[in-house]
Amino acid sequence: MNINRRSFLKGTAAGLAAIGLPVSKSHASFWESFFQKHYREMTDNEKDEVVKRLEVEYSAKYGKNFDVATTKPIDGALFGYGLDLSRCIGCRRCVYACTAENNQSRDPQIHYISVLRFKQGEKWVNDLEGSDKYYDPETVPEEGHFYMPVQCQQCENPPCVKVCPTQATWKDPDGIIVVDYNWCIGCRYCMAACPYGARKFNWGEPYLPENEINSQTHYLGNRPRLKGCVEKCTFCVQRTRLGKYPACVEICPVGARKFGDLNDPASEIRYCIEKKRVFRLKEDLNTLPKFYYFFAT
Amino acid sequence: MIQMIRNFTSLTTTLTKGPPLYFGWILFLLMLVIIGANTYMEQFNDGLIVTAMRDQVSWGFYIANFTFLVGVAAAAVLLVIPAYLYNFKPIKEIVLFGEMLAVSAILMCLLFVTVDLGRPLVGWHILPLIGKMNFPSSLLAWDVIVLNGYLMINLTVVLYVLHRLSIGKEYKMSIMWPIIIISIPWALSIHTVTAFLYNGLSSRPFWNASIVAPRFIASALCSGPALMILIFQVLRKVSKVEITDRAIFKIAELIAYCMGVNLFLLGAELFKEFYSGSVHLAPMQYLFFGLHHHNTLVPFMWTSLIFNSTAFFLFLTTRTRHNFFALNIACLLIIAGVYLEKGMGLVIPGFIPGTLGEIYEYLPSRAELLISLGVWAFGALFFTLFVKFALPIYTGEKRFTK
Repeated sequence: MNINRRSFLKGTAAGLAAIGLPVSKSHASFWESFFQKHYREMTDNEKDEVVKRLEVEYSAKYGKNFDVATTKPIDGALFGYGLDLSRCIGCRRCVYACTAENNQSRDPQIHYISVLRFKQGEKWVNDLEGSDKYYDPETVPEEGHFYMPVQCQQCENPPCVKVCPTQATWKDPDGIIVVDYNWCIGCRYCMAACPYGARKFNWGEPYLPENEINSQTHYLGNRPRLKGCVEKCTFCVQRTRLGKYPACVEICPVGARKFGDLNDPASEIRYCIEKKRVFRLKEDLNTLPKFYYFFAT
Repeated sequence: MIQMIRNFTSLTTTLTKGPPLYFGWILFLLMLVIIGANTYMEQFNDGLIVTAMRDQVSWGFYIANFTFLVGVAAAAVLLVIPAYLYNFKPIKEIVLFGEMLAVSAILMCLLFVTVDLGRPLVGWHILPLIGKMNFPSSLLAWDVIVLNGYLMINLTVVLYVLHRLSIGKEYKMSIMWPIIIISIPWALSIHTVTAFLYNGLSSRPFWNASIVAPRFIASALCSGPALMILIFQVLRKVSKVEITDRAIFKIAELIAYCMGVNLFLLGAELFKEFYSGSVHLAPMQYLFFGLHHHNTLVPFMWTSLIFNSTAFFLFLTTRTRHNFFALNIACLLIIAGVYLEKGMGLVIPGFIPGTLGEIYEYLPSRAELLISLGVWAFGALFFTLFVKFALPIYTGEKRFTK
């Protein structure tokens, strides 16, 4: 089977030599990635093969050994997130911890978390036009302002998944919306559909400095991305499926960020939902986010 | 079938004969296609960063052109209905050119979507069977089906009719009838599905209005036929094809009604948004008056509104409609007016203000303009060659015997 596939690839490569597409031996992985199947249609063996190819590719590119995991969702878990708006000081440490953890391109710059700043007493929640995400003071928090970080809300009813024409994005059983970067064709329909500005596109070739790379990756999470594909926050799927907190939760200096299993009655997130007055962003759209905002004090 | 292919292949030699003006036109278009292709290679290598699109405005000029051209393609139906359903002879004689224009417009649509893809090499993922088409959930999957289906329908009709003509026979109504019956709702469906593509997104209040699809159809039935009126006049100048004034005036009359409906629907939309004045007014406010001192599209939208209303009265009044100078001005106005309204005027305000309230003002970059020009030139080139190929059969100069 394997030999057949390889000789098939070789034949195709020879045929395409005439039109100047990559054919040399060093480009073999180009064709393997070109014919790569949809992640959810791969057998475990096929996943291993792909992962091995990617690890070699990334190691060669970044001069570092890479791990690309395919860890499955934890049985019975459904992840939820809480954000205490009364604590958030708008320091954006979460934004940069996220970038360091998730290997987003540094140039062009991609951030998963947008921290919105509002003037106290002005419109917010349903009219975000008064928000400023490019605020840049000497120190935070600023007098007369408050902050609302927004990232992927991991909707139970995700509009982005509904519109994707190739099924390149889907909701895994633990409630996380993931993207198969290799299957995404870059049509950006999901970006038009997302009500939270959570989806980001690689407009150029992603650039990552070698000394800032996180080599512990997941196929559906923080592995290096491709030019022209869409990506998004996965609640750090590479960490949470191993029982760790997302990077943004861990870094938050004021403890504004809570995370846990919605199906576990003893979890921190369940405590917040049951004891605090929570709300979700744009509830009128019925996207059913698993991201809860609340005021603890 | 084999006979048809053999006959048609022998006809390709007519493409290499023509007056200097013909070759000049072809060379001019080829030059634009090459410039466009060259710029596309730049985009292919560097990524869509060469465009002015960003995360805030993630669709732009390409998708705007795509939307406008779907309308042009759908407009062939305005000729098909009087020609086949009502047997209106003057239009029946020219309906074939409308169908050829539809084929060319669909090809341009497909190219515009392709140049908009971030990873065009894996574009096959969208296909059924070999890819993983998200049907029926994604409206983009529907669009792939209806656009390609429409391309096939029109191509079949044109080639079949030409084949029958080339052997000196009328087409058989038993074969044509079912195709025509499918093609009419199908033409409306390509524009409806494209409207639904935007319409179904609750994240974008500007698009999430029920009036979008009806307005799409009404405006499409203005711009496409207006383009045809201009092409028909060129055609009867440079060839022996007889196109009667009666046919042209009938099309112009139909355009007047469609623009009337379009302006009424626009009025209904403006009333609802401005009178109720909810937060969802913002995109409309941005379009016509500017929002928080951002007003890039304002001059374009007023131009569009003035062009469309002026053209409406020129088409409506019999005296101006029957005067070729006024008629041609009206056609140009309506094409430009609808191009602005259904292109940039529809796509961009979907993203302004953004879902998190941000305003990122967009105008196409140099690369987007050149690539789009290249796609248009390709469409024009294809249409020219297609017509040139069909003309000798059409006029009866060329006949094949069994």
